[in-house]
Amino acid sequence: MLKDITLGQYFPGDTVVHRLDPRTKLILVVLYIIALFNAKGWGAYLLVLAVTVICMAVSRIHPRNIFKGLKPMLFIIALTALLNIFYTQGTPIREGWIITWEGIERAVKMMLRITLLIVGTFLLTYTTSPMALTDGLELLLKPLNRLKVPVHEMTLMMSMALRFIPTLIEETDKIMSAQKARGADFETGNLIERAKALLPILVPLFVSAFRRADELAVAMESRCYHGGEGRTRMKQLRFCTRDFIALILGAVFTAAVFVMKHFGL
Amino acid sequence: MGAIVEFEHVTFRYPEESRDILCDICLSIEKGSFTAVLGHNGSGKSTLAKHMNGILLPTQGKVFVAGLCTADEDRILEIRHTVGMVFQNPDNQIVANVVEEDVAFAPENLGVPSEEIRQRVDDALRLVDMYEYRRHAPHLLSGGQKQRVAIAGVLAMQPELIVLDEPTAMLDPKGRAEVISTVQRLCRENGMTVVLITHHMDECIDADRLIVMSNGRIAADGSPAEVFSHVKEMEDEGLDVPETVRIVRDLNDCGFVLPTDLLHTEECADAIAAAVLQRRAAWQS
Repeated sequence: MLKDITLGQYFPGDTVVHRLDPRTKLILVVLYIIALFNAKGWGAYLLVLAVTVICMAVSRIHPRNIFKGLKPMLFIIALTALLNIFYTQGTPIREGWIITWEGIERAVKMMLRITLLIVGTFLLTYTTSPMALTDGLELLLKPLNRLKVPVHEMTLMMSMALRFIPTLIEETDKIMSAQKARGADFETGNLIERAKALLPILVPLFVSAFRRADELAVAMESRCYHGGEGRTRMKQLRFCTRDFIALILGAVFTAAVFVMKHFGL
Repeated sequence: MGAIVEFEHVTFRYPEESRDILCDICLSIEKGSFTAVLGHNGSGKSTLAKHMNGILLPTQGKVFVAGLCTADEDRILEIRHTVGMVFQNPDNQIVANVVEEDVAFAPENLGVPSEEIRQRVDDALRLVDMYEYRRHAPHLLSGGQKQRVAIAGVLAMQPELIVLDEPTAMLDPKGRAEVISTVQRLCRENGMTVVLITHHMDECIDADRLIVMSNGRIAADGSPAEVFSHVKEMEDEGLDVPETVRIVRDLNDCGFVLPTDLLHTEECADAIAAAVLQRRAAWQS
């Protein structure tokens, strides 16, 4: 049952979006978020929405997958919308009601903003493998090395955490089965009782995770790992023409949103 | 042919323990040979393996790898480059999310240029017969496949010696067969020097040399046929002998005269068949 969990849900494909350099995509997502948070009027919102839909279409990500990813966030989106409806001052939609026209407008914009934010970042993780993502991140953050930020170590930790998620989930499943076989009960009782029942799972899981970490460190050292210094890469990332075009388009898009903000659109 | 690894009176114990895990081991591993190290749990065979690339350092004595002392911290990278090590648990030695990225890990660490890494990775994956799986996620592979990826990861480093520390202990029979046949192929066809640590008798019978460890000492050292011919001593060490050796011994006890160096099932069957026919012919005449 735990195996269904997917993190870094990457859908392999061969579209332009998939082939873009992960660095380009990371920069584009940052630009997109900046644009999104500076959209004020309906015009700007429409522009962002249109760009998002175009990107979705180009990357051939099925809307069903996007919706599946949005599901867990529906509650938060609905809650923000409700709060905005009720807590915005302005002209009431009817005499004596606390719901205002301004509130409804803000609620809709808020819902759009959160949804677009999630969809935009999904496009990144759906079209970029976790490995490429951490590689791109490492290269983008490289200048921070000068400030003694251990960029290589951080990204290595990230990719390794991703690598071990399925392994640890499998292990959790095994431990749970073993505890169930000995009569452990995870399904009944109140919240505190259930939390307590998890302890016999967590303790062995942690013990084994530490043992794994130890063995992994020895295995890495045996393969001559000695930090990021002097390391090369099998797959080198290269900016191509399409990356430059994408970046220019992204910059134009963000600039357009700012211009619209300036003119109150 | 020279020695690639040399142990000089090596004694090892963990600081907080009173018992020596290795006592006064003298040993040298020849280039191009296939050596199997056999022993039951706690005999010190894994500790011996971990001395071969400087993961553990001897409490007394010295270990030399290609002439370099493993205690020399400045040369440790060279030593680990010379001696590749494959461990028991395949899950805990695969670092990347994609098979080929994992195989590339060691050459990337060594600073090999990109194009050459690509070449080495492809070659290594072909050698262990995992080339079609190069873009797979490691956690979706079977145990035997994962272990072969781990072997490819070490091969891509282009070491002179590969030490396999119980590579089959966590595998099912099919995975075991896959790994052992890969190791044998590497040794016979590609001339790799291999040290195989194991507690399965049948994995040792094809080795050039068999070392039996017991209580931190070398209990026997010789060709597999020689070592297994001392059935009595082996059993005293708490070790099993291969099925074939036991059958031959039992038959010899019953008055047959069979050679004691038959390790392969086929050979053994042929010899028994011949002996039985001979006997029948003797009765009939």
